Parts: sequence; C-alpha cells; structure tokens
Amino acid sequence: MQILGLSKRDSTFLLIVIALTLLTPILIQPFPVGSGLNTFNAGYPDLMQKIAIFGIFAIGFNILFGLTGYLSFGHAAFLGIGSYSTVWMYKLLDYNVLWGLPLAIIVSGLFALVIGFISLRRSGIYFSILTLAFAQMMYNLAYSVLTPITNGETGLQVYESDPQVLLGANEPSSPHLFGIVMRENFWTPKIGGWEFTFNNGYYFTAIIAIIVFYLSLRIFRSPFGLMLRAIKTNQTRLNYTGINTRPYTLAAFVISGMYAGLAGGLLAAMDPLAGAERMQWTASGEVVLMVILGGAGTLMGPVLGAAFIKYLENIFSKINDSVLHGWFAWMPDGLEDFLIGVSHFFVGKSWHLTSGLMFMLVVIFLPGGLVEGGQRIKALFKKKRTSGDDGAGTEAQPTAAE
Amino acid sequence: MGILEVKNVGKRFGGLQALSDVNLSVQENSVHAIIGPNGAGKSTLLNCFVGKLIPDTGSVMFNGQSLLGLKPHQINQLGVSRVFQTPEIFSDLNVMENVMISCFAKRDGAFRLHPFETVSHETDIVEQAEQILIDVNMIDKRHMNAASMSRGDKRRLEMAMCLVQEPKLLLLDEPTAGMARADTNNTIDLLKEIKEKRDITMAIIEHDMHVVFSLADRITVLAQGTPLVEDTPENIKGHPKVKEAYLGEAA
Repeated sequence: MQILGLSKRDSTFLLIVIALTLLTPILIQPFPVGSGLNTFNAGYPDLMQKIAIFGIFAIGFNILFGLTGYLSFGHAAFLGIGSYSTVWMYKLLDYNVLWGLPLAIIVSGLFALVIGFISLRRSGIYFSILTLAFAQMMYNLAYSVLTPITNGETGLQVYESDPQVLLGANEPSSPHLFGIVMRENFWTPKIGGWEFTFNNGYYFTAIIAIIVFYLSLRIFRSPFGLMLRAIKTNQTRLNYTGINTRPYTLAAFVISGMYAGLAGGLLAAMDPLAGAERMQWTASGEVVLMVILGGAGTLMGPVLGAAFIKYLENIFSKINDSVLHGWFAWMPDGLEDFLIGVSHFFVGKSWHLTSGLMFMLVVIFLPGGLVEGGQRIKALFKKKRTSGDDGAGTEAQPTAAE
Repeated sequence: MGILEVKNVGKRFGGLQALSDVNLSVQENSVHAIIGPNGAGKSTLLNCFVGKLIPDTGSVMFNGQSLLGLKPHQINQLGVSRVFQTPEIFSDLNVMENVMISCFAKRDGAFRLHPFETVSHETDIVEQAEQILIDVNMIDKRHMNAASMSRGDKRRLEMAMCLVQEPKLLLLDEPTAGMARADTNNTIDLLKEIKEKRDITMAIIEHDMHVVFSLADRITVLAQGTPLVEDTPENIKGHPKVKEAYLGEAA
C-alpha cells in the first residue's frame, strides 16, 4: 500500500509511527497502578506531551544537524521565541492556540533566517560558536533588557488586565482549541489494575507531531534532502558540481528553526507561560543530546532520543531513597543499605549520571545511536533465521536513514 | 579563438611568483595537456580557471565570458567541470545518488527549493543517471556505497558525475595520480572514449608522460610559472627546452 506519495516501505513505516504515537498512553503505561513497578509507568499527560513536543524539536533539529552536519548550539532560542509568541497571542487575543502556533512558527522562522544568514558564513566549530553566542545573547535580552516584552525573570504569563480582545463569555481560561481544553482528559478508563489517561493536549500535540514527522520524511526523500546529505559528505564536490550550498544550508536552518518555534508554541499550549530559561544553552545542548542519542540523520532517532531523555528526566528523578527502600526491603539489612547507597547515585536527583553514562555508552558503542542498536538486533535475528538457507541474497541491505 | 583563452595571467603568493605571464588557448573539441616539473604552477593555473584562486593580473575567458571573480558553482553552471587529483565524491552516498546530484545540478541550477518532491519519482533524472553509469561500465555498482570502491572506480564515478552534466570544458587535475598501472590504463581508455564519442574539450594536467602522449592534441610545457613551449606531442617529445626543464641544464 502506498499513501501520501510515499514509497511502499515508507508508507508502512509512517503507519507504524502513527499507530505508536496514538497508542502511546497505553504503551508507556505497562504496569498496574498498584504494583511496585508503577514508578516506571510514564502515561502521564504532562510527560507524554513533553515527549511529543521535544520529539518535534528534535525532528526539526535533525534536518539541520543530521542531514547537513551543521551543529547548532543555539536552537533553544527558537524554542523560547515560539513560547513568547504564543503567550503574547493569549494576552492579546484569547486562549485559542490557533493564533499563537502559526505566529510561533513565523516569528522563529524569521529569527532563524537572520541568525542563520550570519552564522552560516562559517562552518564547523565556528558555526557552532556563533549560534551559541546568538542564543546566549537572546537569552540575556529576554532575561533583562527586553523585560517589557518578556516579563524578564518572572516569565511571560496572562494577567486579568490583559486585553484578550477575542475572549468570549464562556471561554475556558486555559489554552484550548475552539473549546477543546488542552489540559483536560477526554477518557480515563480503568481496566483491572491498569489506569490509562487520554488527554486532549497530548492528542493535539501527537497529531501535529505526526504531521511534522511526515513532512520530515518527505524532506529526507526529496532532492532537497539529497543535497543536504551531500553537503555533509563533501561540500567541495558540491560546489564544483554547480550547487550553491549556502541557500541549502540556510533553508535547512530556517526549517529547523520553525520546528523549534512550533515546539516552543506547543510548550506554551501545555502551560500558558514562557520563561527565559527555556532559551538557555543547556536547553540547546539537550536537543543535541537527544538527536545524537537516538541517531543523527535517521528518521526515528530524534524521536527515540527525545522520549528516552524525557523519560529518564521525569521517571528516574522520581525514584528517591524511600522508593528504593520499598524495593530492597526484602533483602538483609546490610545488603539493602549497600544497594540503596549505590543506586542513590543513579536515580533521584542524580539521574543526570545515568543519562550521562547512557550517552557515553551509546556514543562509544553505537555511533549511529539507538536506531543503530535496533538495526543490529534486527540484523542478528535475520542472520539466525536465514542461517539454514543457502545464504544467497540474505546480505542485510544497509537501510539508509530508517 | 579558443574555448578557453588565458591572457597574461600572473599569481603571486607572498615572495613566490607562482605564475607569470601565462598565455594559453585551448581549442574547442581538443585535448590540451599542461605538463611541467613539480612546482611549475600547473595546479595554481587550474585553480585560476575554476574560481578557487583569482589571478593578480591577466584574464581568463571561457566562451567569450570572463571567469574572474565567479564562484566555483557559477563556473560549473557555465559548462566547466573539474576532476580532482584525489577523486572528490560523496562518499557517504551510493553511486546512483552521487550521479543524480550532478543531474539535479544540471537541471535545476545552483539552488532550487524542492523539499516535497521525491527523488525516486524523478524518472528522467533516474534514467539519465543510469545511462551514464552504463556508459562508464558501472551500472552493476549503482547501489554500492561510494566510499567502499577502489581508487579507479572512484575516478570513474567522478568522471561520470562530470560527464552527465555534458560540460563544454572538462578540466582534469592529474587524473591518474597514485593509480596502479591497470587503473591508469582503464582511465586512459575511458578518456579516449570520451574524446571520440563526446564533444567535450579537455584540459589535462599530468605528470605521467604515457597518459599525455596517448591523449593530447596539443601540449603546453610550464616551467617556473611560465609557458616554455606549446606544440603538438610529436614536436614536444624531442624539444631541447623541454628536456632542459625536466632534467636540468646538464642534460
């Protein structure tokens, strides 16, 4: 079956991604609520929405970094711009996200155009430093100088005194889409010991994520995407083949900036406020981490990386000493204390250590990220299954960018 | 009037006068070789043709248009392709993709935003790329990763990428440098075939005299940044000045 102008394989791939995205509230809630493993359940609207949002951010970043190899350390700036734009629309018009999100995309796109135009005059480490400098500049502007626009330290939020000219009489007082309130759940079934939460905001974000994933799939398969990959491989040859690389890299930069702006807008749709800390360099570094961890230049990688890091950040950080006591209570006292003492360094507030170690392991042993891990496992199974055959044509075709 | 007219070109790097007073005329549909000992300025001269270097003095005219100040991609779009001393290919991509990029550059120009078309749906590009791969005997390697090929195959691929653009002028910078004898002979055969079947003017920089004498219609000998003689291969062979440039005064 072929859908939406995709090849047979890509159509199947897209359908699987759609199914996984829509079933996420069930898939990441595998344990009964009462059980000891409930800690590892991740089916909370907030977390799922964050995974989808940072998935979008990472998908966009991957178009720049994964395809062209230009490593930007300043993409959080566009995330922040998206949030500020959306909150401003709440303040001026009303809480409908329909006004804010397009504006977030447009404004961050314009900023990306200017910053990209200047930064892309250099490549390699100099490009990274330029983007970092711009992002820190914007962060500091948002934090202090531009207080009238950004509300500085406090963060931008909606006040009673704001105009909100489109606000109707019965309109919800939190972000919504034509009355569908983002933070509300539309279904919370309880089946046996299991509880699932189906949230408006998650599904809104998920549908947008599917759309932008599809767009990135099309970009990957397009002549434009081919040129971007060629830029990563050999710019000299490309120049001598009659291609002007600058507008291609700029287009990739702007597209990824728009993705980041959209993600920022969606963060504001989840929670109607915007703060400068969203633009800090640590946030820029996080998306780099996500893309590398998942697999730069692959389609699924960024989403996997985003999900992985957000899961660690939210779940592992919740495991404090009292939870550990609960787990190891059945052990002899000495052993229990020892295990808690050791685990203590990897969970709770120290979850960064776990994510850091994971990152190191992946970069050293799986340079292609989690996606490469998946491919190796797949190849292993293929080999096992066909080892009885004559072996003809069983060579695993290297699958580009899956 | 040749397709490439070089007049009084000079280039200085600090204290080194790399080129001085170079005059050269490459005739259409001929193979023009530029030879000379190491450091004679051959590569510098070539870099002045493709936009990598801008000469201090003189002019470089291609088809009646000045090339000075143009960027490499602009010069390519005018119809000048270049083969590098070490094959420059897209090593992360497969052979077919390598060639298709050239086809897109030829069809769509230096930049075209086409993010929602699909490469595999561009049948004319695919056919064009397959045809050139058949012509250079590489069609069976079309799915191979470009990085995993032999030096000779990489050169062949680079050549295919240039040929598919149907350039008016093909510049070759030591096309057989560092090659095994068999690969060298293959490359000579390929170049001979191009010379016979296609209307492409070629300018070759080469060390290997075997290559030069089996291909060139005219030869320019460069020494210390200046052309020494320009003549047919037969006359160059026994020319005393050439011997002197290559072997020193004692010879």
